[in-house]
Amino acid sequence: MTTVPTQEGITLTGFVGEVIKRLGRLVVDVQQCQPRRGIVRIDPDATVEVARQLLAMSGSRLATATGIEVRDGIDILYHWCFEPEGVVLTVKALAARPELAIDSIAPVVPAANWIEREMHDLLGAQFRNHPDMRRLILDDSWPQGVHPLRKDFDQVLDRPPLPSAPTDGGGPKEAGP
Amino acid sequence: MSHRTVINIGPFHPLQEEAEFFQLYVEGETVVDVDVRISYNHRGIEKLDESKTFDQVPFVVERVCGICSASHPLAYVQAVEEIAQVKVPERALYLRTIVNELERLHSHLLWVGLAGHFLGYNTVFMWAWKYREPVMEILEITTGSRVNYANCKIGGVRRDMTAEQLQQIDRVCVDLVGPLDMLTKAVLDDPVLHARLKKVGVLTPADAKAYGATGPTARGSGVAIDVRRDDPYAAYDRLDWQVITAPDGDVFSKAVVRLLECFEAAKIIRQCVRDIPGGEIDAKVEAIPPGEGVGHVEAPRGETFHYVRSDGSNRPVRHKIRAPSYNNIPTFKASCVGLQIPDVAITLASVDPCYSCTERMCVALDAQTRKPLYDFAELVRLSQLKTQQMRKEW
Repeated sequence: MTTVPTQEGITLTGFVGEVIKRLGRLVVDVQQCQPRRGIVRIDPDATVEVARQLLAMSGSRLATATGIEVRDGIDILYHWCFEPEGVVLTVKALAARPELAIDSIAPVVPAANWIEREMHDLLGAQFRNHPDMRRLILDDSWPQGVHPLRKDFDQVLDRPPLPSAPTDGGGPKEAGP
Repeated sequence: MSHRTVINIGPFHPLQEEAEFFQLYVEGETVVDVDVRISYNHRGIEKLDESKTFDQVPFVVERVCGICSASHPLAYVQAVEEIAQVKVPERALYLRTIVNELERLHSHLLWVGLAGHFLGYNTVFMWAWKYREPVMEILEITTGSRVNYANCKIGGVRRDMTAEQLQQIDRVCVDLVGPLDMLTKAVLDDPVLHARLKKVGVLTPADAKAYGATGPTARGSGVAIDVRRDDPYAAYDRLDWQVITAPDGDVFSKAVVRLLECFEAAKIIRQCVRDIPGGEIDAKVEAIPPGEGVGHVEAPRGETFHYVRSDGSNRPVRHKIRAPSYNNIPTFKASCVGLQIPDVAITLASVDPCYSCTERMCVALDAQTRKPLYDFAELVRLSQLKTQQMRKEW
């Protein structure tokens, strides 16, 4: 008797099932539960709580995260690895339109710092309470609000003009012999 | 309050293969904080892959990195094979293992050489690269190229190896063990290197977990994680080998892990040559159904992670690539703080940062006057100088 809602034909067994059961009501949908792979969708308001619980489990680490543009917004997929079980658990949280925002897990999991900045740059997802939301991938001269990994961004037609040479004289261009 | 200075390392410098930008915040000689900026060479490969067919993507992703050019395609095809539930022929699994371990051998030897150079041990640099060369040559003989092997395809491998080629590979591994032994002893028995590298750039197991460190960076901190053992792929679960760890988390531990892993790699390759079964090398996959899959592979620097989503068409809807250095480089925030400036170069080098994977270079500017204080060449010189001094005092 589990309280976790699962899709038809999926039973919570093995190590992956145990991890999902421990997350309990934070999980809103179990999409895959195999011996070494699991996919769950969580309540988008519970990202931090889920991250805290997963990080506290032994042998867990955040491998990375993927942002995917879907109809209702941007799906943020956090990929958690468990060793030595060799399990990859993918935790999905929807950053719904129009805000496209979820709570950042970077304050709890430092490994999420860069990847959340990357998703912010490339897809325009917003991460509330991120400790350092400077640009990571895009250049500072790249226009605001243009996200190159969006499906409607065309690499040729939508490419912004190259910035003019900086005139402030500071920074790394003084580098080198 | 002491005077705080910013030392810029990057983003472009002749000593660095690619662009990456470290800013060291120093008070006197002591590093108090590190900031990293990446992506000066971002090539948009994830976006590009969305316009390629499933069969074309391996050739794109092997160009993510010239050194991990066996690991990235393998991680990708494993993700796709997970979606399509492909059973890969045994012989192909062994061939994948051989190429991936040859890659580990040449990558670790490259690192040993570079680390030697940073410390002023240029003989080590010459030796390591000399002994690396036969590995590169055998890769060229068997796959057709020193880099970008075009080896993996969905459902198997593209190119078989003849019995003669397998014997040549075996020969290379046998011949490599002697020089590897010498290199390892030269490092492990050198009292100056002990003094120079121990307790420098320490990454604690807790920090390794928090930053999601992988590969030798984590194993050097005593965290025994290895995708080859934990989530076996290719033929690793059929072979006898050890996960190498070292307990201290310092630069010395990471060097030990890499050197000892070379022996394991040679051992794995020799077992593959001995045990490889005959038969098909390709499962002949026809279509990729809708679904999502992850593939991860233990590349020389750590776990390479790929996520692929398919909608049933002939192109991936989304392909996420995460190279190991992306998780390993942020550990500098933990391992560099408190170091002296001459120790920074080798600590930065100790995770074997791969710039394709992530991004780097270096100049020190005075925070007030913006005049250059150190560039990366200067940091390497300071590092070499410190070794010389220690050698004299010894």
